[in-house]
Amino acid sequence: MKAIYILWLRQIKRYLRSRSRLIGSLGQPILFLVALGFGFGPIYKRAGGGNYINFLAPGIIAQGVLFTAIFSGIELIWDRQFGFLKETLVAPVSRFEIMLGKTLGGATIAAMQGIIIFFLSLLVGFRPANIIMLPLAFLFMFVVALFFTGVGTAIASTLEDFHGFQMIMNFLVMPLFFLSGALFPLNDLPKLIDTLSRLNPLTYGVDGLRASLVGISHFGFAVDMAVLSILSLAILSIGSYLFSKIQI
Amino acid sequence: MLPEDKENNLAIEVKSLTKKFNDFTAVNNISFSVDKAEIFAFLGPNGAGKSTTIKILTTLLKPTEGKIRINGFDPVKEQDRVRKSFGIVFQDPSLDDELTAYENMDFHGVLYNLDGDLRKKRIEELLKIVELWDKKDLLVKTFSGGMKRRLEIARGLLHHPKVFFLDEPTLGLDPQTRNQMWSYIVDLNKKEGITVFFTTHYMGEAEKIARRIAIIDHGTIIKLGTAEELKKSTGTNSLEEAFLQLTGHKIREEHSSPLDKMRQRRRMFHR
Repeated sequence: MKAIYILWLRQIKRYLRSRSRLIGSLGQPILFLVALGFGFGPIYKRAGGGNYINFLAPGIIAQGVLFTAIFSGIELIWDRQFGFLKETLVAPVSRFEIMLGKTLGGATIAAMQGIIIFFLSLLVGFRPANIIMLPLAFLFMFVVALFFTGVGTAIASTLEDFHGFQMIMNFLVMPLFFLSGALFPLNDLPKLIDTLSRLNPLTYGVDGLRASLVGISHFGFAVDMAVLSILSLAILSIGSYLFSKIQI
Repeated sequence: MLPEDKENNLAIEVKSLTKKFNDFTAVNNISFSVDKAEIFAFLGPNGAGKSTTIKILTTLLKPTEGKIRINGFDPVKEQDRVRKSFGIVFQDPSLDDELTAYENMDFHGVLYNLDGDLRKKRIEELLKIVELWDKKDLLVKTFSGGMKRRLEIARGLLHHPKVFFLDEPTLGLDPQTRNQMWSYIVDLNKKEGITVFFTTHYMGEAEKIARRIAIIDHGTIIKLGTAEELKKSTGTNSLEEAFLQLTGHKIREEHSSPLDKMRQRRRMFHR
């Protein structure tokens, strides 16, 4: 337990110390919120959708969590290349504990990032429907964060260097974001897009966040939470298996 | 598990150790042993199998074949007992640059399950020995190469290991730092009877520090003995001549792995 805690703490300290990374990673969500929010706002309203910023904000929060989570997981490659991983691997601690500590740390950071974006979105005009539901929204952020940090860790366990990184961005992270219903409602979509978004784990995160923040939901938050929890457990098992296979 | 192993005087015992990576045999049927409180050196050209052997002895890699005992424990079956019983300084820096010197030590202490007060005392004691106590709250990324090495040595000793592994510990350090580093370690060996196992490229270092030297090449041990014995058996006057006679003059080409490339890039960045 102590080992998990200290690995978690290390991630948090690193995050809080790298201000440039913290601020840099907020640039993109803010750009999306402002450009898309104000850009599509009028059309969305005319089409009868209502306030687009309110619709968009949960999606952008989910995006911020997604990006930070995947990066935190992938940072494992860094530790591996620059030797710090060896220090933990020769310690009398099981690989499962190491993986879990690191993943929980990454997930906490990603969830914190989500919370920061939430507060920033308030400045752009986002208004949550019900303050009482905020803890649930934070919980959703954490589960989304946990799942995608797990994905990042699992992928990083199989990679030796950063060459595959661009591919992960283009063929995994971006499609996950664009096909998650973060930017558009899931109603009346063409069959292909509809199927793809239903298969996309982030869809349930966006939907759960929207359910808890603005009271709009496609699947209902119970379904969203169930899907994400099961997927998180699955990815943690896969991740710890892959992590246990790492050879230095 | 041989019960008599635990009672005998060996810190490291290796019998017929082989490690294969697919078709490539990195370590080929080597056997040697290191006595308790001995200082033992592995000397060999690049790609000879030095680091692979250290990784196997320290549980990072599984051997393909062979029997190993570290302080009487089997690194394959009794990983945690082996891990508690040794300390290591790796070839590459393995500190977290974004943490302070103290935090790096503390992290290690927690992983090795040292209790709070004891941990604090021991960290202070070791940081004072390596003369980093007044810099304990600085981030490691502000440290020079030599300071980082000293910190790694202090960290490796934090949990009172019986065997201390050092994989090319002096690579890239200036003579002053090298000298100082070895004086800590030799001192420790004398005072606490800690067994030291190190690999190096520097002949002088091996000759001066180690009681016995194993010359390893192409995954096998070619010769093992004191520096005097090695010189005598090859009829040469210096360890370097003996080494070159045993391993040949040809320059070794090592395949560059992604890790090497990263290392190079990292060195470039840090200059």
